[in-house]
Amino acid sequence: MVEVFVDGRPVQVPEGSAAIQACELAGVEIPRFCYHERLAVAGNCRMCLVEVERAPKPVASCAMPVMPGMKIKTNTPLVHKAREGVMEFLLANHPLDCPVCDWGGECDLQDQSMRFGSDRSRQHEPTGRRAVENKNLGPLVKTSMNRCIQCTRCVRFANEVAGAEELGTTGRGNDMQIGTYIEKTLATEMSGNVIDLCPVGALTAKPYAFSYRAWELKRTESVDVMDAVGSAIRVDTRGTEVMRISPRENDDVNEEWISDKTRFAFDGLKRQRLTHPLMREGDRFVPCTWEAALGRVADAARAAQPEERIAVAGPFADAESLVALKDLFNRWDSEHLFLETNAPELVGQPAGFADLRANYLFNATIVGAEQADAVLFVGTNPRHEAAIINTRFRKAFLHNRCDFAAISPEMTLNYDCVNLGDSLAALTDAKHPFFERLRAAKHPMIVLGSGLLERPDAAQHALHAAHALAKTCTNAAPGWTAVNFLQRQASAAAAFDLGFAATTAAAAAKRPAAKFVYLLGADEVAPAALPADAFVVYQGSHGDAGAALADVVLPGAAYTEKSATYVNTEGRVQRVRAALTPPLAARDDWAILRALSEFAGTPLPYASVQGVRARLAEVAPSFAAPNVQAAQPTALAVAAAVAAKAKPSKAKAKALPAVTLPVTDFYLTDAISRNSRTMAQCSRAFTHQIAESAHEAHIAV
Amino acid sequence: MLSCRSAAAPRGVAAARAAAAAAGAAPSRRTLATANPQANLAADPAARPARHYGDLKDQDRIFTNLYGKHDFRLAGAKARGDWYKTKEILLKGDKWIIDEMKTSGLRGRGGAGFPSGLKWSFMNKPGGPKPGQPRYLVVNADEGEPGTCKDREILRHDPHKLVEGCLVAGRAMNATAAYIYVRGEFYNETASLQTAINEAYAAGLIGKNACGSGYDFDIYVHRGAGAYICGEETALIESIEGKQGKPRLKPPFPADIGLFGCPTTVANVETVAVAPTILRRGGSWFAGLGRERNTGTKLFCISGHVNRPCTVEEEMSIPLRDLIEKHCGGIRGGWDNLQGIIPGGSSVPVLPKSLCEEVLMDFDSLRDAQSGLGTAAVIVMDKSTDMVRAISRLSAFYRHESCGQCTPCREGSAWLANMMTRAEAGAFRSTDEIDMMQEISKQIEGHTICALGDAAAWPVQGLIRHFRPELEARIREYAAQGHQMPTIKDYGEALP
Repeated sequence: MVEVFVDGRPVQVPEGSAAIQACELAGVEIPRFCYHERLAVAGNCRMCLVEVERAPKPVASCAMPVMPGMKIKTNTPLVHKAREGVMEFLLANHPLDCPVCDWGGECDLQDQSMRFGSDRSRQHEPTGRRAVENKNLGPLVKTSMNRCIQCTRCVRFANEVAGAEELGTTGRGNDMQIGTYIEKTLATEMSGNVIDLCPVGALTAKPYAFSYRAWELKRTESVDVMDAVGSAIRVDTRGTEVMRISPRENDDVNEEWISDKTRFAFDGLKRQRLTHPLMREGDRFVPCTWEAALGRVADAARAAQPEERIAVAGPFADAESLVALKDLFNRWDSEHLFLETNAPELVGQPAGFADLRANYLFNATIVGAEQADAVLFVGTNPRHEAAIINTRFRKAFLHNRCDFAAISPEMTLNYDCVNLGDSLAALTDAKHPFFERLRAAKHPMIVLGSGLLERPDAAQHALHAAHALAKTCTNAAPGWTAVNFLQRQASAAAAFDLGFAATTAAAAAKRPAAKFVYLLGADEVAPAALPADAFVVYQGSHGDAGAALADVVLPGAAYTEKSATYVNTEGRVQRVRAALTPPLAARDDWAILRALSEFAGTPLPYASVQGVRARLAEVAPSFAAPNVQAAQPTALAVAAAVAAKAKPSKAKAKALPAVTLPVTDFYLTDAISRNSRTMAQCSRAFTHQIAESAHEAHIAV
Repeated sequence: MLSCRSAAAPRGVAAARAAAAAAGAAPSRRTLATANPQANLAADPAARPARHYGDLKDQDRIFTNLYGKHDFRLAGAKARGDWYKTKEILLKGDKWIIDEMKTSGLRGRGGAGFPSGLKWSFMNKPGGPKPGQPRYLVVNADEGEPGTCKDREILRHDPHKLVEGCLVAGRAMNATAAYIYVRGEFYNETASLQTAINEAYAAGLIGKNACGSGYDFDIYVHRGAGAYICGEETALIESIEGKQGKPRLKPPFPADIGLFGCPTTVANVETVAVAPTILRRGGSWFAGLGRERNTGTKLFCISGHVNRPCTVEEEMSIPLRDLIEKHCGGIRGGWDNLQGIIPGGSSVPVLPKSLCEEVLMDFDSLRDAQSGLGTAAVIVMDKSTDMVRAISRLSAFYRHESCGQCTPCREGSAWLANMMTRAEAGAFRSTDEIDMMQEISKQIEGHTICALGDAAAWPVQGLIRHFRPELEARIREYAAQGHQMPTIKDYGEALP
């Protein structure tokens, strides 16, 4: 620690900090545009100039490392003058279009010019202001480049965090522009973050441009469920509509970034919503009352034998409804509970897989992934399945010179990654030179993808081979767990924690044909997997693939409309909070199941959300402490021991099918994103690389 | 002056002779005491009495082929004394070289005037580079300052001085290699330089076991692409690394993290090229020329309204007027036809005639005159010059060459250039706008990452300081003619 003085007040700051950080610690706010804690220092806006004793000139506090005994002055005439001067320069070419700018009300330039700028303008050059052509960065980011103050935050974000090197500066002096050199879209799944980073309204959101003013919005702090990362988000609503989703800071999970799907898929919440209970009559659905619908479901359930009742949970199922559904089915003497997969039929889990948390969690933790120095991906594309965790891997690549390899089909990551083919034999063999690097690594990671669960035998084999390989990583730091499982569905970790997805592959294979199928938001169930004469119930928020199979549809709440618990891929229990009420007759998911239990004559023993949560904690103690990531080292050791019993054989590996990736289109993965117009445009522009028509591009710009 | 300094003359002898000469010759025009408040800083004022500077003897010239009358190749260079006992110099080691450079008092010839010996010693500071980490000497031959044409002459006619200088300077800082960054427009100069480097490699003077000293040293030539900002040391490093030439933040200084992340020293061509001669003749010989703290010889490039524009090597601290009268045949139309002189390249403030008569051409005297020696590029403007138009052109230059990275320079240089364009016609609302222009230039100066912001501000400040009546007269005239302030239409396409 170093002692420095800010305006005469002593503060202790870590060595190597910048002066601006010392000022912040001392409670002195320094205005800034280009400086951002999570990006490299550029020092180019010059707004953060402060006076340092014995320095001949004002210094940029963001770029000045602290020296012991340094005396920083932030409240002197020199500093005020410098700030006012820089402000005047920034405003000299900034258009006065605040009334029509989407960023108005949240704009750093606006705020700081009020606080630090001059009270009048001297700018009346007859040459006018700079005019810069707008750039087309694709369907997500709208540009208004006249407003750009060249702080280069977006460029640094794209280059460092997103790994999209197409964004940069061209031109010189007053003609310097931010752009993509040649006309090109900003093809990264993290692109929306440049909107938050932009201190002015040069980069705004294209999908919801001009649809709100910042001060009209009601803000609700919540958690994202579009993937299993559980990014901290803020849901901004107006009336009954979600207007915007932006990231909150959570250093343990998403820092302050979110993926484009998290940010922009919310318009899917306004389309194809289930608003009333529906009953199938011939080839159409007819709205009905809750009583009628639930009565019919209860009758159908009673008509089936216990072994013929099955339930499948989809990606957005919350822990409350999972436990309620499990309790209900257990009351009906059924154990056949499944998680949806891309497999053509309903498959169970590998034996013993769900017994240990370490088997199905991302044990290294999201923060820990930054430390990795050799990473092997098996059947997973982290960029698509957990874009936020992928930014941590990119950090490891940039800062630790981490090496990456993948056993998967060819995929494009934003760091170097060796492809070892798509056969699990490569993992069993472990002959490739990369494995030497892995064995020598201090923080090795073997990341198994959730796509492996489509084939329980392959998953079992991969798990065993991974543990066998991890055993040879003798150089690993003490307490470090090399084997990690990367979930992609927000519901998965909770389902395993609650014993929901406890059906083993062997048990699943032996069960009789289903007569009663309960789909809890499950849309990836292949129609062929369900017998034609089965009675199908769909409970969920969207009229998507799953609802089309149903005999009765029960409208549930989407993640912005309920207060519910989710567990992310590293085992962190988090709560989403209701920003809105469910539309029309739709209800909270657990409450629907509770009501159904009454109709079926097997009432569940809890009638309030507190009661469900008490039940959650009873089933899995980890639910008692939300927002804590809990991986237990003892459990890890046991997991390794159990898994190592079975020897993975090379011959068996060769017999397994090639590894596939579960996500082929990042933008269209679930009921919400499939119903989002924005995501459809992204899929066209980025996944399928279909250029916008001239007409669309014209509208877009 | 009568004195005839020998190469090995110790400092005391030279000073004594100088004293004798000064007493005998009794310079009539002026005495130094008034122009040199810094002179008291000398350890022993009596040892360095006031004397007249200039009149550099032929035997004290370093650049003996400045005019290209002789062969620039290795044979010619050797005949002029280059590469003589270079091995011995190398074998004396880094400390000896740096001490000798410190003794010489050489200050960097690129404009800032930082003491070279001290700068080179930063490369060897304890706790410096890790073992095995390369260190680099980067030679700045991106001579782009308007008015400056001294490095060009060295590259053309005396490239071996630079090559040998790289070797000894590299030895002093224990560098593994030198990169010479040559301005892109210097095509033929690069060819001469490359020829010299090739000859030196072939003769075993550089490369593995350079000059048989056991020291390995490589020299690479890198051509720029024509951006003025790439002459700024950190922008130059970025440019060599293949990035946009945008200055880096300091700290860290290049001596800690420079080219390719390794300790680096960037030095001007002239600084490096004079080093071998200084080391052969001794630092005290060099220190005996020029005033205290402004020692040695210097290449002056005189351009503009003089009868014979030239680049000439002269003693530091030569009076500006002497320099012009002696080497350039005087001002066109006589001294009284002089309007003003920019003494150190386009970035330093202009001096009016009254000051031109007094100043000495060295760092301290020009600094005291609120200008600077810069690159010693003397731009002479007689009374036919439209001074406002001239400075306006410089503002346009700096607007064009600003890299655009940091706000004050990016926005301010353009603003200044716009105002200067208006000032040419006197199209200001009132004379208050002159004060506003001064204020804007002050908002740029000292607030930027590199010195280009200062360079954009200083010419305008110099103009306002010394030619304000001219600006005011134009404004009055413009108003008297009943003009309105121009509108955007009047400028239209005309502005860059």
